[in-house]
Amino acid sequence: MWLTNSSVGRKVVMSVTGLFLVLFVTFHALMNAVAVISFDAYDKICEFLGANWYAVLGTLILAGGFAIHIIFAFILTFQNRKARGNNRYAVNARPKNVEWASQNMLVLGLIVCCFLILHLVQFWAKMQLPELMDRPHLGGYAALQATFSLVWVLPVYLIGFAALWFHISHGFWSAFQTLGTANDKWINRWQCISKWWASIVFILFAVEACYFTWFFAL
Amino acid sequence: MEENKNIAQPIDSKIPEGPIAEKWTNYKAHQKLVNPANKRRLDIIVVGTGLAGASAAATLGEMGFNVLNFCIQDSPRRAHSIAAQGGINAAKNYQNDGDSVYRLFYDTVKGGDYRAREANVYRLAEVSNNIIDQCVAQGVPFAREYGGLLANRSFGGAQVSRTFYAKGQTGQQLLLGAYSSLNRMIHAGKVKSYNRYEMHDVVIIDGRARGIIAKNLVTGKLERFAAHAVVIATGGYGNTYFLSTNAMGCNCSAAMACYRHGAYFANPAYVQIHPTCIPVHGDKQSKLTLMSESLRNDGRIWVPKNIEDAKKLQAGQIKGSDIPEEERDYYLERRYPAFGNLVPRDVASRAAKERCDKGFGVNNTGKAVFLDFSEAINRLGIDVIRQRYGNLFDMYEEITDVNPGELANEINGVKYYNPMMIYPAIHYTMGGIWVDYELQTSIKGLFAIGECNFSDHGANRLGASALMQGLADGYFVLPYTIQNYLSDQITVPHFSTDRPEFDEAEKRVQANLDKLMTIHGKRSVDSIHKELGNVMWEYVGMARTKESLETALKKLKELRHEFETNLFIPGTQEGMNIELDKAFRLRDFITMGELIAYDALNRHESCGGHFREEHQTEEGEAKRDDENFFYVACWKYNGDDETAPTLIKEPLHYEAIKVQTRNYKS
Amino acid sequence: METNISFKLKVWRQANAHAEGRFETYEMHDIPTDTSFLEMMDILNEQLIEKGEEPVTFDHDCREGICGMCSLYVNGHPHGPATGATTCQLYMRRFHDGDTITVEPWRSAAFPVIKDLMVNRNAFDQIQQAGGYVSFQTGGAQDANAIPISKDAADEAMDSATCIGCGACVAACKNGSAMLFLSAKVSQFALLPQGRAEAKRRVKAMLAKMDELGFGNCTNTGACAAECPKNIKLSNIARLNREFICAKCSD
Repeated sequence: MWLTNSSVGRKVVMSVTGLFLVLFVTFHALMNAVAVISFDAYDKICEFLGANWYAVLGTLILAGGFAIHIIFAFILTFQNRKARGNNRYAVNARPKNVEWASQNMLVLGLIVCCFLILHLVQFWAKMQLPELMDRPHLGGYAALQATFSLVWVLPVYLIGFAALWFHISHGFWSAFQTLGTANDKWINRWQCISKWWASIVFILFAVEACYFTWFFAL
Repeated sequence: MEENKNIAQPIDSKIPEGPIAEKWTNYKAHQKLVNPANKRRLDIIVVGTGLAGASAAATLGEMGFNVLNFCIQDSPRRAHSIAAQGGINAAKNYQNDGDSVYRLFYDTVKGGDYRAREANVYRLAEVSNNIIDQCVAQGVPFAREYGGLLANRSFGGAQVSRTFYAKGQTGQQLLLGAYSSLNRMIHAGKVKSYNRYEMHDVVIIDGRARGIIAKNLVTGKLERFAAHAVVIATGGYGNTYFLSTNAMGCNCSAAMACYRHGAYFANPAYVQIHPTCIPVHGDKQSKLTLMSESLRNDGRIWVPKNIEDAKKLQAGQIKGSDIPEEERDYYLERRYPAFGNLVPRDVASRAAKERCDKGFGVNNTGKAVFLDFSEAINRLGIDVIRQRYGNLFDMYEEITDVNPGELANEINGVKYYNPMMIYPAIHYTMGGIWVDYELQTSIKGLFAIGECNFSDHGANRLGASALMQGLADGYFVLPYTIQNYLSDQITVPHFSTDRPEFDEAEKRVQANLDKLMTIHGKRSVDSIHKELGNVMWEYVGMARTKESLETALKKLKELRHEFETNLFIPGTQEGMNIELDKAFRLRDFITMGELIAYDALNRHESCGGHFREEHQTEEGEAKRDDENFFYVACWKYNGDDETAPTLIKEPLHYEAIKVQTRNYKS
Repeated sequence: METNISFKLKVWRQANAHAEGRFETYEMHDIPTDTSFLEMMDILNEQLIEKGEEPVTFDHDCREGICGMCSLYVNGHPHGPATGATTCQLYMRRFHDGDTITVEPWRSAAFPVIKDLMVNRNAFDQIQQAGGYVSFQTGGAQDANAIPISKDAADEAMDSATCIGCGACVAACKNGSAMLFLSAKVSQFALLPQGRAEAKRRVKAMLAKMDELGFGNCTNTGACAAECPKNIKLSNIARLNREFICAKCSD
């Protein structure tokens, strides 16, 4: 299967899952925005995404996407370190035009991953999971309140969002490059779109988190 | 060493019968061929992977022969053909400017100062068109017009636009084309590629070349390879002069090995000197960089009128731009008013040397002249000039830290820009191993192709003809002619490398290497090579005299003694030893140097790249002597390097062209 | 104007492929800034030979930036700090008095060290052998002008074909990926009609060979293109990906 046994194939898997996750976080950010406008509406959405078959299916696909993206990331990194050889350079200099993010995607991904676990514990473990197990669970508003009433949450979340910004700012255009949709003109366009997209997602998340903290903690 | 029995005497150049335009057709129609089943049984060694070597190896492989291909670099793609900039000639007449096979043939013979073999040159012109077709089919990205058809440009020595080019990297693209065909055959298993191998000797069995001894440069071990025929495509001997536009690894050792076995060496004195190279900047320099000849279209060449100004320039007290127009001596325009700065390569080179020898040189070594764009920039504007020569200006700046497009001074309202400094340098060698019409040397079964042979350029090569010759030999000539030799070899089984001839050859090579390692003197290889280069440049360079050549032979003898008694090579023979490899080559460069001097001394005339000061017209033009020197000078080795070689003459016969004096004045 | 500089040279020395390597430091005095980097290495070697030591082995040949032989990793950059230039086109005026200059070989699992600063780049040849050609017999070509090729395509193919196969892209890549090298060759043929007939076969064969030889996976950092002495563009890699994905999808 060329998607697993060729270098470009593996990268295609990373690209497709990556773009899927970018879409997910974008929707997530938009969904959160609903809470800023109306907590009632937000609760409705959370209920909609509770223990319904389509929501569960969606969650499973999402989880699969995450899993594949992360597993492939480790496989690729392992292979790449092996390809680099045993001897390291004594002096390293990052050339101009090379983004810092592009050379640290695994580290950024790991930070995002840690944030994700925290986030799952704080929300999913109190919402969809107990609901599936027919245990009492929190609604959207209650979960937000439980989380953002703690002041330390905001800085931790902002770190997570920042890592996500770096990760997407490279990953987004990189995916299009890997899928072969770039040329001399489009490579710059994708890079530009990539930065904008990452920034919009970051701003949405950050503004929302600040608002919730202000609302619940202060 | 092998005896004279290997040598076909007297010289037979095997030129086919018939009118010049039909010789090659007739040859192909009547030559013997090898049938496909038998080709599989025959092995051919090709040494070298430049345009000639790679194209020959690939084509022979395609035909079905088993080919063993050697190169000293880490990949076949790095042979020095890759550095050719300008282009490749072909008589396509795509520009409808009256070109034809005959005209290309005529221009090449005339450019070669009537010292090339007519039949060979005609064949070269004939197959030139096939080369372009071949390269385009390989995917060589030649420059194109907006209509999608191939573009051409004009080059020196021709009245038509027949040069095909790929940016300024034509040699690279053509070599990569040949390399791709070679790779296809390596993949098919028809060619075995040996990289980082250097041929050290050719093995002769019963008077025929049957194999080589090559050194694996990584392990340091000698290895034996047997075949039914050996082809050498190892380039020229320009590095005899130490400083040249050749690559560092270019050497003449393979050719010298053949020469020592009795292959004639033809016309070694014909060495091409290119006028527009970046000058030597100090004694640490390793290599000279060519600047395209096209610069002379807009650049004006000058030195100061006053020797005092020259001295100040040499001392670094003033700059070129400090000298006003009226104090400048545009010596080419002064001496050759009709052609001015566009005189042919050899004339421009000699004129620069003459000025510098008189003390008018303009850099710290006194060996440079100015190439000035002030007048052109003032006339056309910097933008136009940068459009034409921008990349060359950048290259010059990278190397010398001087930007020739930069305004440097203004005297009496006249703007002066930084001039470039240029000086002539050794570029190409027209001489080489003697070959007959079939490209076979005077040893049976040993062939020489490309720059390594002497055949097609006479005494001087025209621009964009070297690539043409290399590929013609490799793709379209040798693969045919070699079959004429191999057709009666089909019953000869594969040779074993355990034969006594291989033992002997390896022993001889090993003894030579042992000798080099045990000198334990004081001097490095490069220091002696530099000295060799100085002697060659000084006494066997652009302008030669009887005295200078005799001095050279004396000094070369001393240098050989110095080499044999005072050389130091660190390390061991085990593994890679770059100093040992260089020493091995230097030994042959010294012998080569003597050969050049012997030939130059013998040729009492000036023609093309060979200029004897005794033989010039009143205006300083080269004066040929067709009565006495209308021949190819073939030099036969006499048993050891100390003894002078014997001259054998191959008289030239011109049927199609009337021999005339080259005229640059009208 | 020419000046002289003195500096420390930290050079990787390794006796052969199997030996342990280490850095040696050499003091270089009064080197003219007009000297090229490789000429400076020649000076070092002359000094070493004078002391009876073995010279530093490094690859070099044409010394005019076209053969692709030279391969030094200088101060953290393949081919040194200059852009769009090979090591042989690097001049000492880029350095300053009192500098420490670190010289390392290309480091990649697919490019094992042969000796000192010389590495084995045979893997590149193998990739080319797997399919970097148009399959046809010598003599079988039609007239060169029979197929018109647009100037844009020809020029772009030329830009891709400019690759000198030096391996700086692999040396620069933190993943040891050879994608820029491979994509340059694939692009050259993909852009020209002569190469289209076997384009699918070519891209699959060459990429499979590259993977087999142990080069890494491209993560689009762009370091390869940034360090390429011939300015081969990153868009070539996108074209390679496109060619490969299309070829696989049409299987």
